[in-house]
Amino acid sequence: MSPQTDSESFVLLRLAERRFAVAAGDIAELVAPSRIFRFPHHTKEIEGVILRRGRIVPVCDVAARLIGKSLLSRRFYLIAQRRYTNGTEWIALPVTGDCELIFAEMIPASEADLPHVLGWLSHDGDVIEVLNLNALTPGPSPAILPAPAQALHAQEALS
Amino acid sequence: MRLPTPTKSQPVRTEQIILFRVSGQLFAVSSASVKEVRSVDTLAGAAKEIAQAGLRKVRHIVQRGEHSLYVVNGAMHFGLPAFAPALVFVLRHTRTALLVDGIEKMTTMTRLQALPQAFCNDERDWYRGVTAIDQTVVPVVKPEGFLTPDELFLLDSSLQPKASDSAALDSAACDSAASQAAGGPPSVFEGGGLESTSTTNFPCEPASLKATSDAPVDSEAGTAPLGFKGADFAPTDTTNSPSIPQ
Repeated sequence: MSPQTDSESFVLLRLAERRFAVAAGDIAELVAPSRIFRFPHHTKEIEGVILRRGRIVPVCDVAARLIGKSLLSRRFYLIAQRRYTNGTEWIALPVTGDCELIFAEMIPASEADLPHVLGWLSHDGDVIEVLNLNALTPGPSPAILPAPAQALHAQEALS
Repeated sequence: MRLPTPTKSQPVRTEQIILFRVSGQLFAVSSASVKEVRSVDTLAGAAKEIAQAGLRKVRHIVQRGEHSLYVVNGAMHFGLPAFAPALVFVLRHTRTALLVDGIEKMTTMTRLQALPQAFCNDERDWYRGVTAIDQTVVPVVKPEGFLTPDELFLLDSSLQPKASDSAALDSAACDSAASQAAGGPPSVFEGGGLESTSTTNFPCEPASLKATSDAPVDSEAGTAPLGFKGADFAPTDTTNSPSIPQ
């Protein structure tokens, strides 16, 4: 039996010196930074939008919330799927370093954890937060949205 | 052998838009939503100053026959730096006259993407969606979004009863009789102020494009979203546009 039988896949992303994880099923692709189009709005977490594969994708800098400061430089945009009550949309997360696909077991978050923490995993001696993008990125009503893992389990139950 | 009858391809739906600038920022509006375009100079005599403490973006009102139009400063509405407007758009089915820098060009959009749901504040009332024109993303404004019902109520309340007018403007649409009856100078597109163009008459509300949440926009060749199979470093331009203060 493979030692990874009970593991799930995650993408590790880097924000300055820290690493975070996102469920791999929520990631669409990793792209080089492209032109950001800005227009007036009042959603402070959103920097602007990029054009990607024919779609207009909002760019959301989550660093301020996760590491306490905005990114001065960025190496890639990690394009993830963000769930809303009426579907999913792409959202681009600026990251400062390479991303890595890993397999690990996630320990679910406890009630004491912040809403954007979906769980924890251990990798290379580090304990890494698994992010709940529904809670981390802006949207109409994040509280009522299912966390990615819950949605995944619900899908599995239906299939 | 009989060849299959070629099926008629559905004509591409398009919508004519005006690209305009407010404080240097590019916006689009459906040309069907714009009843008149005037030079601000032509409004100078007709506009009456109002002092509405709670609404800095509206400083003037223009009486058009028995209706009144509130002149909205586009820069203040969007929170952009102050500018010297050159033109005013009279927006159809609203009581708004919008001050803008000028018109960039008139063009056609074929697809309107709904504003991504990550935008979750006032901007949802401001924009019908976003479109891509010449590889540039442009927000398409919602004409009725410049003055909310509450703001209209506030403005109406601040006026004297005689001047107050809560009836919707220009339900008759498309006729410019009101402006002429009021003795106003001809609009820009009617030959006043600026050089007239062939676009003398704006279309009378052609069917608008519906914003779609996943409609591809004219840009890169679209393909299905990728699963994470390793990094996809597609070549993209790296120029950043100048930042706009939010």
